[in-house]
Parts: sequence; structure tokens; C-alpha cells
Amino acid sequence: MPNRKTPELVCPAGTPAALRAAVDAGADSIYCGFQDETNARNFPGLNFTPEELAAGIGYAHARGARVLVAINTFSRAGAAGTWHGAVDTAAALGADAVILADIGLLDYAATRHPELRRHLSVQAAAANADAIRFYSEAFGVKRVVLPRVLTVSEIAAINREISCETEVFVFGGLCVMAEGRCSLSSYATGKSPNMNGVCSPASHVHYREEGGELVSRLGEFTMDRVPKHHPAPYPTLCKGCFTAGAYRGHVFEDPVSLDAATLIPQLLAAGVSAFKIEGRQRSRSYIRDVVTSFRRAVDAHASGLPIPAGTLQRLSEGQTTTAGAYRKTWR
Amino acid sequence: MTSSPGITLGPLLFNWPADRWSDFYARIADEAEVDRVCLGEVVCSKRLPLYIDRIPDAIERLHRAGKQVILSSLALVTLKRERLMCGDLAANGDLEVEVNDLTMLSHLSPGRRFTVGPLVNVYNEGTLAYLAQRGAGRICLPPELPFSSLASLSQAAAQEGVEPEAWVFGRVPLAISGRCYHARVHGLAKDNCQFVCGKDPDGLEVDTLDGEEFLAINGVQTLSHTHCNLIGDLEALMQAGVRSFRMSPHSGDMVAVARLVRQAVDGALDCAAASERLAGLLPQARFSNGYLNGTCGAAFSRAG
Repeated sequence: MPNRKTPELVCPAGTPAALRAAVDAGADSIYCGFQDETNARNFPGLNFTPEELAAGIGYAHARGARVLVAINTFSRAGAAGTWHGAVDTAAALGADAVILADIGLLDYAATRHPELRRHLSVQAAAANADAIRFYSEAFGVKRVVLPRVLTVSEIAAINREISCETEVFVFGGLCVMAEGRCSLSSYATGKSPNMNGVCSPASHVHYREEGGELVSRLGEFTMDRVPKHHPAPYPTLCKGCFTAGAYRGHVFEDPVSLDAATLIPQLLAAGVSAFKIEGRQRSRSYIRDVVTSFRRAVDAHASGLPIPAGTLQRLSEGQTTTAGAYRKTWR
Repeated sequence: MTSSPGITLGPLLFNWPADRWSDFYARIADEAEVDRVCLGEVVCSKRLPLYIDRIPDAIERLHRAGKQVILSSLALVTLKRERLMCGDLAANGDLEVEVNDLTMLSHLSPGRRFTVGPLVNVYNEGTLAYLAQRGAGRICLPPELPFSSLASLSQAAAQEGVEPEAWVFGRVPLAISGRCYHARVHGLAKDNCQFVCGKDPDGLEVDTLDGEEFLAINGVQTLSHTHCNLIGDLEALMQAGVRSFRMSPHSGDMVAVARLVRQAVDGALDCAAASERLAGLLPQARFSNGYLNGTCGAAFSRAG
């Protein structure tokens, strides 16, 4: 049997039920957040109370899985206590790591909880070996979640130069901008990932019918118009349809989502330690299906078997997937 | 009494022909009432070779005019040559560097003074204190911040010996990507972009399908369609402790814009009146100050 290196499969959970489903489906690690603005998926009805997190950590640890707590927004001036408290709680409950983006919070965690493992969130947008070295030297970061703007060969070059681990997204929603450095959402709605943990929030989405078309709006701006009986994609700002000069269409990105399952061998060869699945806002059954599929793919590769392709397409938004920036032609 | 707040001309974000670039900075040196000028390529490393040989003359002329020159670093650093660009900036020990990505910190020895640009995420006192201890002397706070945060951070900055700066004029940088949107909308690949971004001296406007003016693309960068205009809010910002104001270069008359900001900062002109005059200077521009008011960034309300 080939004995290839097996990566860590890092899976999302927005609810205790999703956490259990992910553990049962073979996740090595689960990432989740608290029910407030400290995490970048601050959606109504989502995320964990400290009691739920404690139970989730217990469930995962009993089955050999780890729990990583995302505290990855940028704390508001004058309100650091909320973010500090989230780190303190994660540490007290025995979380296996915290996923942080804010320098002030990294500094706090490194000083107050040196024994608590620190991962650098994708929201920190550390996109090269020098930046990664800065974070690992200054704050003892052990793993960096790489921004979704890099090609596979750039990821390989980074891994040759750094000593900490890297984690990359392999499935789910796809940001086309360097994450943590995008305020498009707040420009249209006043709410942003960095400050509020939300992007293109549903509270600011409106639909209206007009002359046989369905118009989707975000704040005061039209994101798309589709014929009435066509499926209307959710009006995420960077997937909207706009005009720019003579161009009319998806200026930033088509309504596609990421599926890098077929790139698992290349990403492993590039030195990646962990694969991340996006989607803490997703349902328990979605999580179960995606985690099961990636568990199979990773195990198949480890056993020297080919990776089954395309099985997840029905789960992808817009039914169309891309390997995103991992292939250079995307740019 | 402390001295009057300073004015910074931020780095030119757009791709202008080298001659226009030189002419612009010559006029800024000779005529603009600004204290500091940031020079260098922030958006796309492919552009730098187009005008790099013009930079030394511009520095010299700005220095002769008594202006401080700050070298701006690239906002998104992924390639080897981009990392080398950061190293080159630091190698020039005489000039202060504006850090637009933390990659730059790995090239600056601890204690060396630097400026932090508006694209670095300084949202809270902890981050500000860390950067101050690392050598930050001036921090341009993110344009996304509401007034209450600018006020809190300005107080924290004063305690840390850091000069807090606010973005008060120009299209707001909203996002940066690995993908070039100028190339994409022209049907080109990034590696063979033909520098189509050079056609749009203030960026290429992006409108919604209902004709609403929305954004502007500038290569890998996305900006607001509106020009941020906090000139009507300058007095409130000064009272909150902001000590420096940043204007971002556009194709309009920046010398005249700088004069308005200077007059408003010095109290020679009422802020509201200065804001009205700015509208006269730039009849095509729509303004915004929604971020300051904590509403959507695109909104504009005249200062009360």
C-alpha cells in the first residue's frame, strides 16, 4: 500500500448538530465560532454558545477530532473586551487552536495564552513567505490559512521557505478579493466582514419583479437581473452582474464556487498540511455530504487510488465550480 | 499649543503615462500646499518599470520644495519580484516607508520609523499599540472606520506617540485581488494585459444594470465610484484628535483640492464652504462620507 502523507481535513460547523455530523463523517478538525461579531460568519441562528462549544469539544475529543475556534474579525475600537473574552473562553474550554486575524488580538493571545495554539486566519491575507514569517515570529503562529489568490506553484514556493504549516480552502464559497482586505460589502450596506463578520447580508437584500425580470438588490444597488423563471443567485456583491465600459457581465467573478478536489495531489505535493472546507452557514446534511466526499477523496489519494471527480457538483452554488486562483489562468 | 494638522498626498493609485506622472509631481512640488507626498507603486508591480526612472527626480524636486517624501509599498505581495520590491524600499535608509502590507515589516529593522497606510487593518487600540511599539510614527486609519472609531483610535495614537491620519479625499480603495479586472473586462489575460488600465486615469467606472454608479476598477484594485469627501467634516475630525489628513491623487486639479483642505484645516475657510467649493472644482464627481457616519460607505450627507 502506498503510504502517502495524509492531510488534515478541516470542516465547518455552524451548529452543534453540524459539528457532530462533521465529526461522524470523518473530519479531522472542526472550526466554529461564537454567537457574536467576533467571527466572520456572524449570521442569525448560527454559531455556538460557550456551553455548546464545551459540549462540541467534548464530542470531538472523544472521537479523536480537534476543534478550532475562529475569532477572526477585527475588534472594534473601544470594545476589545468582547474579542479578548472570546479568546479567554476558547482557552478555558480546551479548544485545540484559535484562528485569528487581528494583530492586536494575536498579540493578546500570544501574551495571555501562550500555550493555546494560534492559527492565522485567511482574513489576515498573509500571501507570501515574508508576511508569514512575520506572523510566526511575532506571535508564534503555527499554521497559516492561505488567501485564495495564490496559484499551486506559489503555494509550493511559500512552503519551501517557511517552517509553519499551511492550510488551503478546497471547497465552498469563493472570495475573489484578498480576504480581510475587502470593504465592498460595507460600501453598499454598512456591514462588512472585517467589522461585523458578514458580507452582503440578507438583511440588506431585496428582490423585485420588473417587466418579466427578477431584480436582486443589495442596499441601494442592483446586483443582477434574470428572467423571472430562472434561478436567481444570491446577490453576493462580487458575483453581481454589472457594466464597465463596453463590458456587461460578471465584472469580478461568475456565480461559481470552489472545488479543488482534483488538485489534492498537487496541493499535497506543494506542502500543504490541511484542507479547509468553507461553509459554516451550511446545513448539517450539506456538511455530512461534503465531508464524506472529501474524506473519501483524501483517503483514496493516500492509498494511491485516483480521486473521484465531480461528485459534489450538485452541492455547489450556481451548479458551476472552479479551481479558482489555484490555476494561473483564473487571473 | 500643538502645531496645525498636516496634509499628506497619498500615492497615485492609477496607471498614468510616465510624462504625466513626472508633470504631476513637479506641479505638486512647486505649487501644492501639502506637507508630505507618498510615492511609489501600491497597486500593480507590473506598472513600476514604466516610471521607476522618474522617481529620483521627483524626490529631489519635492525635497527642494520642503516636502517630506515617503515611499509607498505594494498592497498585495505574492511574487518573488514583489518581495524584492519591498526589500528595495527598505534599503533606502534616508526615506520613510509607508507600509501597505505587513510583508514590509519583515524588511524594517525594529525601531525604524515608518508610516502605516490605509490598507493595513488598524481597527483597534491593540493593533495600534503593537505597530507603534514596532516603529509606526503615523497611521492612516482605514477609510471604512466610523467617526467613533476614528476618535477612539486618535486618542490611543496620542498616548502612543503616533500621528493619526484620516482619508479625506478621493475614490476609496475597497478591495484588492489576485485577478486583474481591467484585463478581464477587456478579454485579456493578466500576464498579457497590454496595460489597458492606462486608459482610465481615475479608474474604469462600474455601473449596475440599472445604471446606478457603483464602483471603479483599477487593475487588481476595486475602488468606490464616489469620491470620499470629508472636507465638511474636518473640524469634527480635528476636534476628535486626527492630526493629519490624506488626499488621494486624481486627474482633477489636486493643487486646488489641497488648497481647499489647507484653508479648511487652518480655519481660513469654513469646512462646509470648503466642501461646497470642492463640488465646484469637480462638477462630475459624486461624493460620499457614509463610512464616517456609520452608514453605507456610498452615502453622503452634508456635515451638520
